[in-house]
Amino acid sequence: MATNLRKTDVVVVGLGAVGGVAVLPLARAGLEVIGLEAGDWLTGRDFAPDELRNNFRGWPQSVQKANTEIPTHRPNASAPYSPRFPIHPMMNAVGGTSLHYWAQSWRLNPWDFKVVSETTRRYGAARIPKGSTVEDWPFGLEELEPYYDKVEYEVGVSGKAGNIGGRIDPRGNIFEGPRKREYPMPPLRGTGFTERMAAAAKSLGWHAFPGPAAINSQVYDSRPACVYHGYCNRGGCHLNAKNSTAASTIPKAQDTGRLKVVTQAHVTTIAVDERSGRVTGVNYVKGGQEYFQPAEVVLLAGYTYENVRMLLLSKSKPYPNGLANNRGQVGRHYFSHNTASTLTALFPFDLNNWYGLPAQGIAVDDWADDNFDHSGLDFIGGGNLWVYSDRRPIGAASMSTFGKAPAWGSAWKSFVKQNADRWNIAYLQKTTLPFEDNTLDLDPTVKDGLGFPVCRITADFKENDRKIGAFTQDKMAQWFIEAGAVAVERGPVGTMGPSTHAYGGTRMGDSRETNVVDSWGFSHEVPNLGVLGASVMGTSGAHNPTLTAQALAWRTAERLTKAWKTIASG
Amino acid sequence: MADEADDRKQEPRDRSRRELLKRFGMVGAASVVPGGAFVQTASTFAAEARTAAAPPREALETLTAAESDTLEAIVARLIPSDENGPGAAEARAAHYIDRALAGPLSSARRAYAAGLAALNAYAQTSKGGLFASLQPKDQDAVLSEMEKNAATGFTPNSSTFFNLLRAHTIQGTFCDPYYGGNANFVGWDLIGYPGVRISVAAQEQRMGVALKPNHKSAYDDSMFTKRGGGHGH
Repeated sequence: MATNLRKTDVVVVGLGAVGGVAVLPLARAGLEVIGLEAGDWLTGRDFAPDELRNNFRGWPQSVQKANTEIPTHRPNASAPYSPRFPIHPMMNAVGGTSLHYWAQSWRLNPWDFKVVSETTRRYGAARIPKGSTVEDWPFGLEELEPYYDKVEYEVGVSGKAGNIGGRIDPRGNIFEGPRKREYPMPPLRGTGFTERMAAAAKSLGWHAFPGPAAINSQVYDSRPACVYHGYCNRGGCHLNAKNSTAASTIPKAQDTGRLKVVTQAHVTTIAVDERSGRVTGVNYVKGGQEYFQPAEVVLLAGYTYENVRMLLLSKSKPYPNGLANNRGQVGRHYFSHNTASTLTALFPFDLNNWYGLPAQGIAVDDWADDNFDHSGLDFIGGGNLWVYSDRRPIGAASMSTFGKAPAWGSAWKSFVKQNADRWNIAYLQKTTLPFEDNTLDLDPTVKDGLGFPVCRITADFKENDRKIGAFTQDKMAQWFIEAGAVAVERGPVGTMGPSTHAYGGTRMGDSRETNVVDSWGFSHEVPNLGVLGASVMGTSGAHNPTLTAQALAWRTAERLTKAWKTIASG
Repeated sequence: MADEADDRKQEPRDRSRRELLKRFGMVGAASVVPGGAFVQTASTFAAEARTAAAPPREALETLTAAESDTLEAIVARLIPSDENGPGAAEARAAHYIDRALAGPLSSARRAYAAGLAALNAYAQTSKGGLFASLQPKDQDAVLSEMEKNAATGFTPNSSTFFNLLRAHTIQGTFCDPYYGGNANFVGWDLIGYPGVRISVAAQEQRMGVALKPNHKSAYDDSMFTKRGGGHGH
């Protein structure tokens, strides 16, 4: 029998990158907040510079609820299932995956909010790929700018602005939309390799600039600066120089005295009052005991797969097909960011990339979004080109031999001895669009540890995604060769399996017929239910989603504080 | 596999062990090498390879002695000791795998039991002896057939097991020594990884700067091993 707990103002399900941000404006506004987190608190001592543990073993020290609910995948409804991932792409802990993410903290570019109208205006409506369900966002960049700004300053982001109030600065991203002010910290420093790449971009006439990172380039909020030790890639920071929500916004919210953090809380369903159709709180399991946490408002802040699964599992009389799903939109408009179609280069000299971090890099946005003319091309969108200093020994020795040596034996050994520090893989993030038949639902057979169905992904890259992939690889190859590379190798297109950049499923938009949440992030059907995370995003742009998801979370939380009476009491 | 079949293999297994020791120059001398004293540079290694002994084997935690013999012989061919210095055998990659199979890699334990048995059966049919007893040339031929997915008798197939062996041999050769491989940092020295540094200066990220290997494990830092930590952060 579930224990009924005392009612609170707001319960936030998940204290990761977005839930961990939303709690701050709520607590500051005087609301009583309970944060339910499936994982535990981790500390700097848990974050040893250990490649096996970080990059091969999926953080065994944290409570891995996620690993009991790894989504299944099939490319389409009639295709066989892909092999199941051995570990979930995300993790559970206070701070969630913001503990070990790359911390690239990008704003989206203006075009990303207006893909349909801008494409139609510039090239005609026929250029929207057939079968895509893409819509313009319900607002433009200018609406989100103040929230980007708040998060950049509260979390702590290093970077160089390229557009302050319309004034373009070529030391930053000249393609970004106007921002109110400079980043709170200067960018992370360059390395010999990234400076070489920046010079090569310049000689091609492209605009290279250091990317933004939620990592301290100098002391910030009493936390130290990055020490560039090389274990940031899926690694936590032993110094708290990486600004996870566990290091930044969650402690600030706790300081108000109005945030209660409950760890090892495994939320199973969201409860509904059958007469009013409003949510009444959430059910969770902790230490084998069942609890019911009543709340005036529920903010669902799990990862994309878990947000969708939680809604679909929360069936009730008013919502027989899952909460907020009476129009069948939960799980629709899903896509995972096209970051496959990689490009790897071999150089004839050592790069000294043994230290650094994935966020210590150089970007080119000339071939992203609609920053170039697509008139003569057969796709829309583009890719961000990103190179960085990041190498660890097992990964280095696992390098491609570029067809120049066998995969083992003395000849292989001789090759890696010479080349382990002479290769680089670019990170290419590309515009990805939602399509009619790319969806999430509940798996009919595979269950989690508590016996609930896991999330099932039915999705694959489409022609537009593939064409951007090939185009972006061509541009990246040109850049590497300009910098002196002697060989390049193209990675495969891949498919839309479980990803750290998973979008949609609870899309935000003005039309309740095609979107789950309204332009503030609250359910069209359930007024006191908000959804946070990239699951509300309808386009990806060509940049990491976290900062945008965090800005949206802040905006939803702030809306709740301003419209408390309307939202909380109906 | 039936007990009968195992009994028949007992004798050749012992012989293969002797062959292995002979090739490592260990017969009659293995016990005099003190543990952990195997420190050599790549340049001196080739000259001394014939006279130096491999470090003594560690106690087995997961594999049978016979499985271990086979695995030692495999890793010694995947990343051999040669003019470029010590290889996977000296890095103790097989020891790393044996330990990991008791824990983080335990889901692969059955694959090793079945795969090593299939590999020996294939070596027996195609080359006339258990893998560890074969000449290096024949061992390489067996591994090549597996890599090309042409070796028979494996489930699901030979290249899957080959890829598993290769991935784990690389892990065991280049991992943090805490995990039982990369003994004496031979893997990190081979590829020029200068070691775990808890703080890296701007100058240390310039091209053309050759950093001196510090031979430090992550767990040499007391912050990660002692209660309360040692860094004062």
